[in-house]
Amino acid sequence: MYQIMKIETLAPKTKLIRIHSPEIAAVAKAGQFVILRVDERGERIPLTLVDWDQEKGTITLIFQEVGVSTEKLGSMLANEILYDVVGPLGNPSDIKFYGIVVVIGGGVGTAPCLPISKALKNAGNKVISIIGARNEKLLILEREMNQICDEVFISTNDGSKGQKGFVTDVLTMLIKKGYSVDVVYAIGPPVMMRAVVQVTRKHKIKTIVSLNPIMVDGMGMCGACRVSIGGHSKFACVDGPEFDGHQVDFDELINRQRSFISEEKLSLEHWKCAHEKTGGKQ
Amino acid sequence: MTKKPKICRESIAMPKQKLQKRIHNFEEVALGYTEEQAVAEAKRCLQCPQPKCMEGCPVGIDIPTFVKLVSERDFEKAIQVVKERNSLPAICGRVCPQEQQCQKGCVMGKAGDPVSIGRLERFVADHEMTLGVKNPRKAQSGVRKIAVIGAGPAGLTAAAELAKLGHKVTIFEALHKPGGVLVYGIPEFRLPKRIVQAEADYIQKLGVTIRTNSLIGRIKTIPQLLKEDFDAVFIGTGAGLPRFLELPGENLGGIYSANEFLIRVNLMKSYNFPEYDTPIKVGEKVVVFGAGNVAMDSARSALRLGAKEVHIVYRRSKAEMPARLEEIENAEEEGVVFDLLTNPIRFIGGEGGWVTQMECLKMELGEPDETGRRRPIPIEGSEFIVDVHTVIIAIGRTPNPIIQLTTEGLETTRKGTIVVNELTGETSLDGVYGGGDIVTGEATVISAMGAGKKAAQSIHEYVTKKTRVSG
Repeated sequence: MYQIMKIETLAPKTKLIRIHSPEIAAVAKAGQFVILRVDERGERIPLTLVDWDQEKGTITLIFQEVGVSTEKLGSMLANEILYDVVGPLGNPSDIKFYGIVVVIGGGVGTAPCLPISKALKNAGNKVISIIGARNEKLLILEREMNQICDEVFISTNDGSKGQKGFVTDVLTMLIKKGYSVDVVYAIGPPVMMRAVVQVTRKHKIKTIVSLNPIMVDGMGMCGACRVSIGGHSKFACVDGPEFDGHQVDFDELINRQRSFISEEKLSLEHWKCAHEKTGGKQ
Repeated sequence: MTKKPKICRESIAMPKQKLQKRIHNFEEVALGYTEEQAVAEAKRCLQCPQPKCMEGCPVGIDIPTFVKLVSERDFEKAIQVVKERNSLPAICGRVCPQEQQCQKGCVMGKAGDPVSIGRLERFVADHEMTLGVKNPRKAQSGVRKIAVIGAGPAGLTAAAELAKLGHKVTIFEALHKPGGVLVYGIPEFRLPKRIVQAEADYIQKLGVTIRTNSLIGRIKTIPQLLKEDFDAVFIGTGAGLPRFLELPGENLGGIYSANEFLIRVNLMKSYNFPEYDTPIKVGEKVVVFGAGNVAMDSARSALRLGAKEVHIVYRRSKAEMPARLEEIENAEEEGVVFDLLTNPIRFIGGEGGWVTQMECLKMELGEPDETGRRRPIPIEGSEFIVDVHTVIIAIGRTPNPIIQLTTEGLETTRKGTIVVNELTGETSLDGVYGGGDIVTGEATVISAMGAGKKAAQSIHEYVTKKTRVSG
């Protein structure tokens, strides 16, 4: 069960993992996520589905190594077995014909944009994507997005590839050029999503964001993932993860995401120390 | 002629872990009777010709017989008698509200303490576990296939009963461990998780398959289960969704639902952080809202996690607190402070959006409300602000909505619970049954077990009839 079929590095600290999970592969839809645990003591890690293959019975995820849980996951090898995988969780994206859709992915947030772009394209939309990263090395899925989308724009903070600056600079440029954008999808760090909705609000463009607050069970039990949407608390796991970006309280989301920052540092140090001692696997 | 035994009015006290020690660890507080203590307690039973205790037991255990067997030191037979009616005795012996059930009617209670039936049940179950639980007689399997959704008290009981009746049962559990509220909700110091695992193992020995990480409604729907593989379905998905106060500042950092707090501590074992990866953060002063068992569990867990001061804040008075008396006493003993007739109105945040203070109101009691309890009324002008570092909201849970949202034609109430025939557990869908908190709203472990048992009987009748009709 939950065998790792493939694990590869896409960019520094960014990895792709393909897991044998035929039941999830059979029913997965764009926008949904899974929760996995690496070992018996592990955290429940929510990751949005990037791809799935019904015939091969596999699901694909992309993650960034940022804390103990994702570092542990990144240290796994092909053919090894994950302790737990549950899903698909959350509501699928609301895929329909909108017209022109701009899909914006920031950093590792580009990963969930892939299946959403695919589904939007299949629904007859013109899909334009903007993918952004700090620099060229951290850019992921450019080729894959190019295969799916009608147009792909790239931005990097340092200008090492594409337009220098932020994804919002490209978005503003597109709007200025006269693209009549019907819907914007934005997935990435909360600060990026907040910047995107600031642009689209001005232009009254419907904007959908996929939120990644802290989660524990991911199926509506703990309320850790509560987010303020239009002044009301919603659970990202069962009410989302996608919401109307113009209604989201991003400042609150950013604060809540930082709830355990000192503990996360501590546990990463603790694991690294033990990991080095054992010279590899715990 | 034998001498008439002397009636002993007082029950044998249960040994507990020492107070000063126990508030620093998560080990079980109540240590259980020794053999001698159990026999002495069992001898207090008068063996009434018309025992009232059995009337109070939701699963109908033959209490006088098992107690008599304990008094005769035949512990092996005693546990068999219990297990005829109850598949989870080590759990029930620990968490059932016996004072409101079996022990309530006990004749001994009229002139002294009732017989400690719960402690005896726990004793015989633990005694069997230390010797090694015998493999149950496996009923012939493969008669009919039944799906049970949720491996909590209702689901485990329904599964065990159906397996005993010879059916092939698969439990679908959404979390990574079986037990439901027994593993994610009730803390280790009240119900050790090895006990829950042992009871789940026993149910697997009966031939039941438990599939964890399987969220029905997402991976498969109930209509799909019925179409593809199963002759009947039992829904026991529990009351999982936490209620919040809906007050300003409630989403500040440091404010947990009791569910989140307890899931982190119990299911994810964050009291062992960083040996276990899931963190928990508890400040010096912790406030818990609510006064049920979940609130007591949260408060006592917070103490053990190093909080200097833990307060239970409740808007009514002590008399209205819904927690078991035993749990309130344990919390008081351990130093939890009760701020009664107090209600919060907002939370105030500091740096980084972390809660630092809260504003409350004093309350007074008015006329009884629809629950029969006196309604708390705010006292005008009584607002006050206090410092607080961690807040836990334990004001109840509502049904998890995933099954209801993904099962067309399943009748539900306005509150989101599933409508069933009380006598049979039948839902509005043919072949689909339900029981436990998903039907009643938040209630007790044993009432969920009673419902699971009842539904199992109806399911057995349903699938047997179906076999006959379809030939």
